[in-house]
Amino acid sequence: MNHAPLLTARGLSKHYGPRIGCEAVSFDLYEGEVLAVVGESGSGKSTLLKLLATETPPTAGSVHYRMRDGAVRDLFALTEAERRFLLRTDWGFVRQDAREGLRMSVSAGGNVGERLMAVGERHYGRIRGTALDWLGRVEIDGDRIDDLPRDFSGGMRQRLQIARNLVTHPRLVFMDEPTSGLDVSVQARLLDLLRGLVAELGLAVIIVTHDLAVARLLSHRIMVMRHGRVIETGLTDQVLDDPSEAYTQLLVSSVLAA
Amino acid sequence: MTEPLVSLTGVAKSFTLHLRDGMRIRVVDNVSFAARPGECVVLGGPSGAGKSSILKMIYGNYRCDTGTIAVRDGEEIVDVAKAEPRRILALRAHVMGYVSQFLRVIPRVSALDIVAASAAESGLSRQDAWCRAERLLTLLNVPERLWSLPPGTFSGGEQQRVNIARGLAPDRPLLLLDEPTASLDAANRAVVVRLIEEKKKAGAAIVGIFHDEDVRDKVADRVVDMAAFATEKAA
Repeated sequence: MNHAPLLTARGLSKHYGPRIGCEAVSFDLYEGEVLAVVGESGSGKSTLLKLLATETPPTAGSVHYRMRDGAVRDLFALTEAERRFLLRTDWGFVRQDAREGLRMSVSAGGNVGERLMAVGERHYGRIRGTALDWLGRVEIDGDRIDDLPRDFSGGMRQRLQIARNLVTHPRLVFMDEPTSGLDVSVQARLLDLLRGLVAELGLAVIIVTHDLAVARLLSHRIMVMRHGRVIETGLTDQVLDDPSEAYTQLLVSSVLAA
Repeated sequence: MTEPLVSLTGVAKSFTLHLRDGMRIRVVDNVSFAARPGECVVLGGPSGAGKSSILKMIYGNYRCDTGTIAVRDGEEIVDVAKAEPRRILALRAHVMGYVSQFLRVIPRVSALDIVAASAAESGLSRQDAWCRAERLLTLLNVPERLWSLPPGTFSGGEQQRVNIARGLAPDRPLLLLDEPTASLDAANRAVVVRLIEEKKKAGAAIVGIFHDEDVRDKVADRVVDMAAFATEKAA
């Protein structure tokens, strides 16, 4: 176990004029740790994810990340080349809408192979072989390798997006509501797949979700956000079974038991 | 005398129900006891005395308001009441296990995989984990034709026995048992008693709740009366 955090956020804030996106968020994330960020829409959880993934600059605060060579870097002081390396290799980003995370006019195999080529793989046979292997791991039939994602169902697209992200063996994956918008049975399959891959690959994950059942199944730790602030944080089962804040108690008690 | 594996000192807990105008429910007050290797401490007292809450607090599932919950991890003593989430997760992986009567079913994972994966978590090799899973499912009379199926469709009793197998499969020095034998038939109760005896002989410390007097008398080295701690309810 490495005792230094992989990612450290301190006092992270984002203001849009007078409106608060998120305010003074601080946490550490370790390798192999799955952190769920929960809250209702408008709570600031997606803003937080965008800040962490360096898609938007913060108004205040910092994020530090331990690179593969062990050097700890300020994410908002990276060169463009370093940032590209992180986005293409060391990080993944699984988006709610697979159309934003995939290239819809490129074949399934091409979607997976593209990230490999970005890290320097040139051998066509090896790229295709790896792509085929990853399609199998996300339970997509190998004979769909040359098909376009637009011909895939919602669940298949989401699984393809996961393969595209994991093929470069990232250490950190951001996930933004990866299961919402899918049928319940499709959700269960995707969650089971994610749970297995995350444990097998020892991934660190920051997953934004409004679904407490998803948080319970996938995450070790949870942060509850409201009005841009983190109002409660701790072990996932502790926060869900013994919530201390009024808002968290409301969230937990609002879930319908099936 | 060997050092305790778990030791509670002055532990108190209450729930504040914000959705009920901040009503406070006191669960336990000033609880102190310890369990040593090879010892089974049974929590006694009426329903509502806070027995399950104490087990959940030791496991880090419920927060502890005051007091210390010292769990021994090798040479190190960890206070669960104040430990970081990742420290508690490490304790759960290597030191303490929790068994209730309810199985949280995960779609698509077979009964045998559930039990074997649980055994592997505590460090057993793949081969040993499978052997142990097969032995436990056999002992607990889970029919072999069910082993490769996810337990979602099993009867309540079958799910309960898979859950016991899962809970007892790993080698962990501290076991928290929350009425694992409730509603089991006599034959399966006897199996659980035998498995608990095996764990004690192997040096595990056990803190448990058993409503069944027959089971309690067989496994308990000591009974800690929770009613003695639960002062002034509903303050």
